[in-house]
Amino acid sequence: MPALLEVRDLTVHYTSGNGAPAVAVDELSLDVEEGEVVGLLGESGCGKTTLLLAILGLLPESAHVVKGSIRFRGRELRTLSGAELRGLRGAEVSIIFQEPALALNPVRRVGPQVAEVVRAHRRWSRRRCREEALSMLAEVGFTAPERVHDSYPHELSGGERQRVVIAQALACRPALILADEPTASLDSTTQAELRALLGALQSRFGLALLLVSHDLGALAALAHRVLVMYAGRLVEAGGPTQVFGDPLHPYSRGLLRALPRAPDPAGSREQRIPPPIPGMSPDPAHLPPGCAFEPRCPDRLPPCVERPPQETRLADGRHVRCFKYGG
Amino acid sequence: MHGLLLLAGVSLLSFVLVELAPGDYFAEMRLDPRISEATVHALRARYGLDRPLPERYGRWLASLAKGELGYSFAYGQPVGPLLWPRLRNTLLLTVTATALAWLLAVPLGTWWATRRRGPADAALTGLTAMLLALPDLVLVLGLLLLAVRTGWFPTGGMVSLGHEQMPWGARVKDVAFHLVLPVAALVLGIVPALVRYVRASVADALGAPFVRAARAHGIPERRVLFRHALPAAANPLVSLFGLSLAGLLSMSLLVEVVMSWPGLGPLFLEAILARDFHLVLGPVLASTFLLLGGNLLADLLLAATDPRIRTEER
Amino acid sequence: MEAEPPLVRVSGLTKRYPGRGGRRAPAVEALAGIDLTLTRGSDLALVGQSGSGKSTLARCLARLEEPTSGQIWFDGTDLLSLRGRRLLPFRERIQLILQDSATALDPRLRAAEIVSEPLEVLGRGDRRERRRRALELMETVGLPAAWAERRPLELSGGQRQRLAIARALAVKPQLLILDEAFAGLDASIQAQIASLLRDLQGRHGLTYLYVSHDLVLMGLLADEVAIMFEGRIVEQGAVARIFTDPRHPHTRALLAAVPSRPTPAAPPPP
Repeated sequence: MPALLEVRDLTVHYTSGNGAPAVAVDELSLDVEEGEVVGLLGESGCGKTTLLLAILGLLPESAHVVKGSIRFRGRELRTLSGAELRGLRGAEVSIIFQEPALALNPVRRVGPQVAEVVRAHRRWSRRRCREEALSMLAEVGFTAPERVHDSYPHELSGGERQRVVIAQALACRPALILADEPTASLDSTTQAELRALLGALQSRFGLALLLVSHDLGALAALAHRVLVMYAGRLVEAGGPTQVFGDPLHPYSRGLLRALPRAPDPAGSREQRIPPPIPGMSPDPAHLPPGCAFEPRCPDRLPPCVERPPQETRLADGRHVRCFKYGG
Repeated sequence: MHGLLLLAGVSLLSFVLVELAPGDYFAEMRLDPRISEATVHALRARYGLDRPLPERYGRWLASLAKGELGYSFAYGQPVGPLLWPRLRNTLLLTVTATALAWLLAVPLGTWWATRRRGPADAALTGLTAMLLALPDLVLVLGLLLLAVRTGWFPTGGMVSLGHEQMPWGARVKDVAFHLVLPVAALVLGIVPALVRYVRASVADALGAPFVRAARAHGIPERRVLFRHALPAAANPLVSLFGLSLAGLLSMSLLVEVVMSWPGLGPLFLEAILARDFHLVLGPVLASTFLLLGGNLLADLLLAATDPRIRTEER
Repeated sequence: MEAEPPLVRVSGLTKRYPGRGGRRAPAVEALAGIDLTLTRGSDLALVGQSGSGKSTLARCLARLEEPTSGQIWFDGTDLLSLRGRRLLPFRERIQLILQDSATALDPRLRAAEIVSEPLEVLGRGDRRERRRRALELMETVGLPAAWAERRPLELSGGQRQRLAIARALAVKPQLLILDEAFAGLDASIQAQIASLLRDLQGRHGLTYLYVSHDLVLMGLLADEVAIMFEGRIVEQGAVARIFTDPRHPHTRALLAAVPSRPTPAAPPPP
């Protein structure tokens, strides 16, 4: 039986007026099973947002899918017509964008913005769509849905706005939600609330979730599998305890060490600052011929500069792209 | 409040500027050997022109309060009654042109915003650039030439001969017929700029993250355009509305003179040439007043269309 | 021997905004009496949620906002009594760096111009000298001189933040206020900027005031943390103490929101 979402060898390029095309996503393959939470870890510019937009067919004009396939419930999305894609978006696959302040129309009340998602996909009366919107607002934790329904986005806090955005994404009970850093721009206590909400909704509705996040706590608590992305490629995949507890790829190791964690009270100030990964991400228009991480890698081997490593499957079920493990 | 201050400022400034200009209505009489210096003196004294400037301004303000707006030497009567019918005619012209220009610009600009990089885009870019480059006077004269050659439309005035004897319906039709040419000139003069502005605002809104979010939720494209992009684009457009009224007003002064529309324009020109001070000030004040009205209207519209502004003012 | 005065001393600082919703609406109290001392070369983090008043405090210190009452002493000078020209030297000595420098940097200028602009405004040096200094500062913050001609939008978020720091350093400030200057940056970039700031502090004797909602991150960067809640500093102390022995309920709430995470692998032996 095929997975809910199957991405195979997906390659997305951005073209600018002159020069080489920038490789945003490079021969990337991933599966998301029904009801599964897949965490995607990667830094800005690594291509994760492009990946999500490509799945929904929402790439900007300057980007295009060069090759690969995207199948949802066995259906190839790349060949769907505009109308078919529109019917799929929001109904079967939804997305939550990073900035809740920007994802809602500032000059319209939020309730109708939830109701119109229902109305776009169901032949229901206006009144029934409104009721559905109210019940979704209650579902995402508003105790007074009517009040929120009639509010404008600027009258809500950041956390409240993100709840409204989640209500929009859930409104048609999609099977899969793509979430792009859904809590990154919020206060830490609000982040914790929304993390809990997402977890509760996921199990209540049996949602599959492709969760792009830096929030290791959220990924550790929610994700069944964790993928690490660097310069458009997946460099490592495995269970959260595997990836977080014992990362294999040198990039995953560097990234995990650089993430802030509660300070060790005994540590000196110098020890508290996490060691950064030296150097910077490669320019996607000029990727090195070998492994994209090679210039920053502490463990480089002779073949690293010659060709990109292939994915190796290890005995414990993990995947890694690095010559240290075969390549 | 702000508007009243502005009005007072404009009145003072224009009064002083007009007064500072060399010569006055009676200056030319001096050149006429049949009129003695004493007569000129007597006339100037009669109209208070020999008084110091602050006093003259005070007298003018007093007559302003009575609605007379000072006294025209050339017409020998208060400015007010001369001004009102002219003001009405100018309003008829500019309001019609403003309404028509926006009714054209909004749908055209919106449609244009959805057609990026196509033949329509290129054609509209070229056409509007051409019209924008055309000086207003050339445009007006061109239209006049067209009207004269074809005889389709009357080339001047506001009414035909015998207008007074026509039945009511025919009189309206007569005025409308005379409106065509000046309105066309005004609309053609301002629509290219408006269309470009509408296109830019709507295109901007279409690129906003919430529009991408709406598309990602499967909202149909028509709805994305009309319920998301257009309302969000309304704010900059409404602000432009007041400005467009100002632009049309100043352009209409020119159009009125060339097409002999009996509005403020010809009166203004005549008054300047005759150095008829108070008659010059009348149209200036009336224009300022119209501008303030336009901006007030724009502010009210802005509050009605943008909930963020409503909250601030509450 | 007379003790050197602290670099900054704030006492009884309040800031009220007129309330929304008409004249009779109660005023919003953004700062409800702040007392704060910054010693030279120290770093303090103001941590609180949005609306806690932390940014208002930062803006008052940078003299971008007028407090309602209270006092701010900077290097022994009463900052609030200064106006106009007499305030200018202090504007150099206190620099503010904000979140998302993309919006704070003129997109039309090139990197080197952005860094040298403050010097140009102050009339320091000639053109060549200013450019030399700009390149030097870019080098200091780890931006290759080859990028001098790039514009802000051609740089990444972390690189723009470095540029903003270079620009702030151009006038040789004593106090750097970093208001959410790490928000929106990737963790590994945050770590890079943090070590850069640490390095600069050692070399130039800078004093830092961090402002953030992120207690964990601030625990890594600063020596001391002040927790703000509803316009007040409710708890202040050394990082280790705050994390191990939080006293105010709000501090405990902030700590509870810190996600537990699986133990990361120990760094491989060198």
